[in-house]
Amino acid sequence: MIRLDGITKNFGTHAALNGIDLEIRDGEFVALLGPSGSGKTTLLRIIAGLAFPDGGRVSFNGEDVTDLKVADRKVGFVFQHYALFRHMTVADNVGFGLSVRRRSERPSKSRIRARSLELLELMQLGGLGERYPAQLSGGQRQRVALARALAVEPQLLLLDEPFGALDAKVRKDLRRWLRRLHEQMGLTTIFVTHDQEEALELADRVVVMDRGRVEQAGTPDEVYMEPATPFVAAFVGESNRLPGGLHVRPHEIEIVASGGQAVLVETVFRKGGVWRVEGTLSGGETVLIEPRRSRKFHSNGAHP
Amino acid sequence: MSARRQTLGVVQIGLIVLALAFIALFLMLPLVAVFVQGLSKGLEAYGAALTEPDALAAIRLTLLIAAISVPLNVAFGICAAWAITKFDFPGKSLLVTFIDLPFSVSPVVAGLIYVLLFGAQGWLGPWLMEHDVRIIFAVPGIVLATIFVTFPFVARELIPLMSEQGRDDEEAALSLGASGFQAFLRVTLPNIRWGLLYGVLLCNARAMGEFGAVSVVSGHLRGLTNTMPLHVEILYNEYNFVAAFAVASLLALLALVTLVLKSAVEWRFGYRSGSAGH
Repeated sequence: MIRLDGITKNFGTHAALNGIDLEIRDGEFVALLGPSGSGKTTLLRIIAGLAFPDGGRVSFNGEDVTDLKVADRKVGFVFQHYALFRHMTVADNVGFGLSVRRRSERPSKSRIRARSLELLELMQLGGLGERYPAQLSGGQRQRVALARALAVEPQLLLLDEPFGALDAKVRKDLRRWLRRLHEQMGLTTIFVTHDQEEALELADRVVVMDRGRVEQAGTPDEVYMEPATPFVAAFVGESNRLPGGLHVRPHEIEIVASGGQAVLVETVFRKGGVWRVEGTLSGGETVLIEPRRSRKFHSNGAHP
Repeated sequence: MSARRQTLGVVQIGLIVLALAFIALFLMLPLVAVFVQGLSKGLEAYGAALTEPDALAAIRLTLLIAAISVPLNVAFGICAAWAITKFDFPGKSLLVTFIDLPFSVSPVVAGLIYVLLFGAQGWLGPWLMEHDVRIIFAVPGIVLATIFVTFPFVARELIPLMSEQGRDDEEAALSLGASGFQAFLRVTLPNIRWGLLYGVLLCNARAMGEFGAVSVVSGHLRGLTNTMPLHVEILYNEYNFVAAFAVASLLALLALVTLVLKSAVEWRFGYRSGSAGH
């Protein structure tokens, strides 16, 4: 289990992370979702040990790892732009983590090679071991980066915008494939994304971040159906903000009485414990729109 | 990727002719003149000028100076570029400015600085004299002056290259369990090798050809503290033109070899980045 307690991080006077508390269970598949500048990548780098917090603690399975360097944390990190070693073959890239081990722990050359090819097979990259990274497509490079990270048998897999640099079609395939891989291996996985669709489709749990804070952490259903703050309502999925501070999802709107015409929303009011929207048709006729669900946030962000 | 061939207009042809004429007049012609002058009394005189003891001593000294100062500046250049591009620390921009200093300071001033520091009347002169250490008018002074002048070449070549490559590769290596040294040796060094070679070539060419700074600190002792450029000047001042140009042609030859190697490296560079882009 991974625990973050009150993580803060400043870049100069800018507070990138503002007291993050988070728990991630073993085997969970978690998305850190937020717009750019929300601190999600900084948080991922702090979990990895590539960056260090100004305040707060990071612990893995009850052991404080806050001051441990990345090499000692047993994490696999996949970079947004893959960071493959361009002068090495694909197989050498995958075997790198094993080949830099201390002599006493290092497997033999042939053993490293066998393990690399095995992993490439698992990544559906069999036969590409002798190629150089420049000779692969984006999707293939991403999978090589993943194989390289898995070769050191990490206890935790971290991915920074894993599909950010790929085109839409490849992205969709790779997403499904990554989900299946996670189900096969059961490795605790955290990935960073700004794409809400990606987060909702892939993750067991979505952590929505904005301006260095966790806005909400919950299952995709919770985050989508019960957004905790106006930010989550607006950022995750589509949301209509009606006058009076009412947030309504498009599918939640039901037109009660109208003849298929454009409606101008006039007021939002509460009647009999249900929020209603009153609007005018182009002919000046007043209609009632009744959202099947709706939510109103107070200024402190809590539910009504 | 390759530039599309276009029909050339009058303006393009004019500019190309102008550039070629300029290069021929100011670069090629003098270079050819050096060799023509050096060989004007025949191959025998040419050979004699290069093999007389003072000339041999000057060649030996020049090679020695380069052999000391180039490796030192390579080590320094890699350290500086590594620190500047892979880490954030206070005073970073100041360090970058200092690295450029030798480019903006006249080599003569650089030489004078060392005379002021280590010369007989200099700040450290009396102390050095007491301990019988000779720096000015001796080999150590020449090495110091050469290091000063060639200081920026390697670092300047590596800093843009390494900052463009970013820190991802090193971080990836570290996250896979490599030590900092392993990451440097197995990831950083292969990534920068061509840029490094380029920097070494330029640094070496300058180390062997430096005149101003070395002239101030050397004392022009024949057979002892005379480098090849200084030897050329002495011969020239003695109206020994054939010998002067013979030695000069050797320096020019060095420049040509450097140029060819540099082009080879560039070709290799282009080839690699071209193959990475498909």
